[in-house]
Amino acid sequence: MSLLSTRGLSRSFSGLRAVHEVDFALPEGEIRALIGPNGAGKTTFVSLLCGRIPPSSGQVIFDGQDISALPAHRRIALGMAYTFQITSVFSRLSVYENVALAARRRVAGRAAVDRAVMRALEQAGLHDRPDQAAGDLSYGHQRLLEIAMGLAQAPRLLILDEPTQGLADSEVAAFKALIRELKATTTILLIEHNMSVVMETADRVTVLNFGEILAEGTPQQIHANAEVQAAYLGTG
Amino acid sequence: MSETTKIVALHGGLLVLLVTLQFLLPAYHHGNLARIMVLASFAIGYNVMFGYTGLLSLGHALFFAAGMYGMGLAVQYAGAGPVVALLAGLAVSVVVALVVGLLALRTAGVGFMIVTLMFAQAGYLTILYFTTWTRGDEGLVLQQAQRTIGSLDLSQPGPRYFAALLLFAICFLVTLWMVRAPFGKVLIAIRENEERARMLGYDVFRYKLAAVVISGTLCGLSGAAYGLLFGYVGATFASVQYSIFPLLWVLLGGAGTVIGPLVGTLFMFYLIDLSSSVTSAYMLVAGVVLVLLTLFAPQGLVGELRARVWRWLP
Ligand SMILES: Nc1ncnc2c1ncn2[C@@H]1O[C@H](COP(=O)(O)OP(=O)(O)O)[C@@H](O)[C@H]1O
Ligand SMILES: [Mg+2]
Repeated sequence: MSLLSTRGLSRSFSGLRAVHEVDFALPEGEIRALIGPNGAGKTTFVSLLCGRIPPSSGQVIFDGQDISALPAHRRIALGMAYTFQITSVFSRLSVYENVALAARRRVAGRAAVDRAVMRALEQAGLHDRPDQAAGDLSYGHQRLLEIAMGLAQAPRLLILDEPTQGLADSEVAAFKALIRELKATTTILLIEHNMSVVMETADRVTVLNFGEILAEGTPQQIHANAEVQAAYLGTG
Repeated sequence: MSETTKIVALHGGLLVLLVTLQFLLPAYHHGNLARIMVLASFAIGYNVMFGYTGLLSLGHALFFAAGMYGMGLAVQYAGAGPVVALLAGLAVSVVVALVVGLLALRTAGVGFMIVTLMFAQAGYLTILYFTTWTRGDEGLVLQQAQRTIGSLDLSQPGPRYFAALLLFAICFLVTLWMVRAPFGKVLIAIRENEERARMLGYDVFRYKLAAVVISGTLCGLSGAAYGLLFGYVGATFASVQYSIFPLLWVLLGGAGTVIGPLVGTLFMFYLIDLSSSVTSAYMLVAGVVLVLLTLFAPQGLVGELRARVWRWLP
């Protein structure tokens, strides 16, 4: 069964069709990569899913419920989490507090929050610096903090918008391992430019181009698809 | 020393100091400090919205006056005693804050500043319009008998000082507790990055509304106490001047710090007091000092202290 699906989902910005009539379905437990050239509408598409921006038309269905009219915080409460493409942490708060703000939506009590925070920080590889101000972290570590905030929410659907952008090679490797580890409990929608991450983690890949779905298939199928090559690599 | 120990020591120490000063200060400064503590409570209320939630209001005179008139009218026309009158002032300010919050929070940024300013202006004009009851600019003077709780005469310096200190301690400890609790952390998160807070699943509107109501209530309580302790309820307190004062006090002392409002109020009070004893151009002196402070201590006195020395200050 699909955990998430959309019907005719569209969003225009003053005439520009950023996302156009997208029918999309994501089965529970799957890791789905969403790829496409810059400006294809990937960020806009996932923003429509989690309610960050309202659609021009169309529906979003989550766990069998039409959530198109729900505000963002209600969708998050249903079990979605979204990490931002443009790093968006609380820069004057500590690393710990950033993650605690995420965890407290799910668990109550100081001890339980503490456990959830430390676990998320460990998974993201930031457990050695809980007291540092988030704004003082390197760019790569801020990306990891974004991921830790998503993890602390323990969502059913985790939407990651270009999480590996700006990470060092070793951190990318750790990220791949983390995604595979999460697979048991979490459905993941991953916007990703790094092809090695896509090939090694995704069950299936959806290609977005000019706001429409261009192709969908296994990583191997997508890799071999000439149309995708043309659009994505700009050859042709 | 753990962070919590330091915080308790500093803030508890400050309250102990204020208790002690009651017995040490000469009459003139003793009277000043009572007034400063009430005004600082007003500033603390303002700080909940401005300093912690990032909502810049230009209309807080409305809440101060709502509490003050709620109290004053209850005394004058319903013959209420001080405690009942204080509760009446509190109730009026809660209602006013709720209404203003529900309407003004539909806007943000400059829109919010303008809407709060307009609300306060409407409140001011309402007070003038009903001059028959409010006595307009002239105001209501509360008699000594109307300001006595049992054997406690609030018009006397001693009881007045302690009542002011009690009010201040309540506002001070409520905010200290709040900003360290999960609720306060959410307010700070909204101030830092509203969009992110929303996408973590927080109902930002409700949190902001709560901040407006808490802020308006503390300010209303301060207004009611001010009228009761100093025996006067007047329209000046609803004028735009009293919307700007708490902003200045909080900016000077340090927005988003618990002790900042007291420090800012104290500083500004004595700045004007001292410069007016030296020169008739005291507003010029005060203005120059304020400009210098904004240039060299943009985070306010306590804000700079936190940035440079005491990183743990809440
Ligand atoms: N808030 C916005 N206002 C106007 N145009 C926007 C806005 N957000 C995105 N766009 C436009 O929509 C298109 C898709 O953008 P985006 O979803 O960010 O693409 P991607 O994430 O695939 O790089 C781009 O042409 C972009 O300029
Ligand atoms: Mg994008």
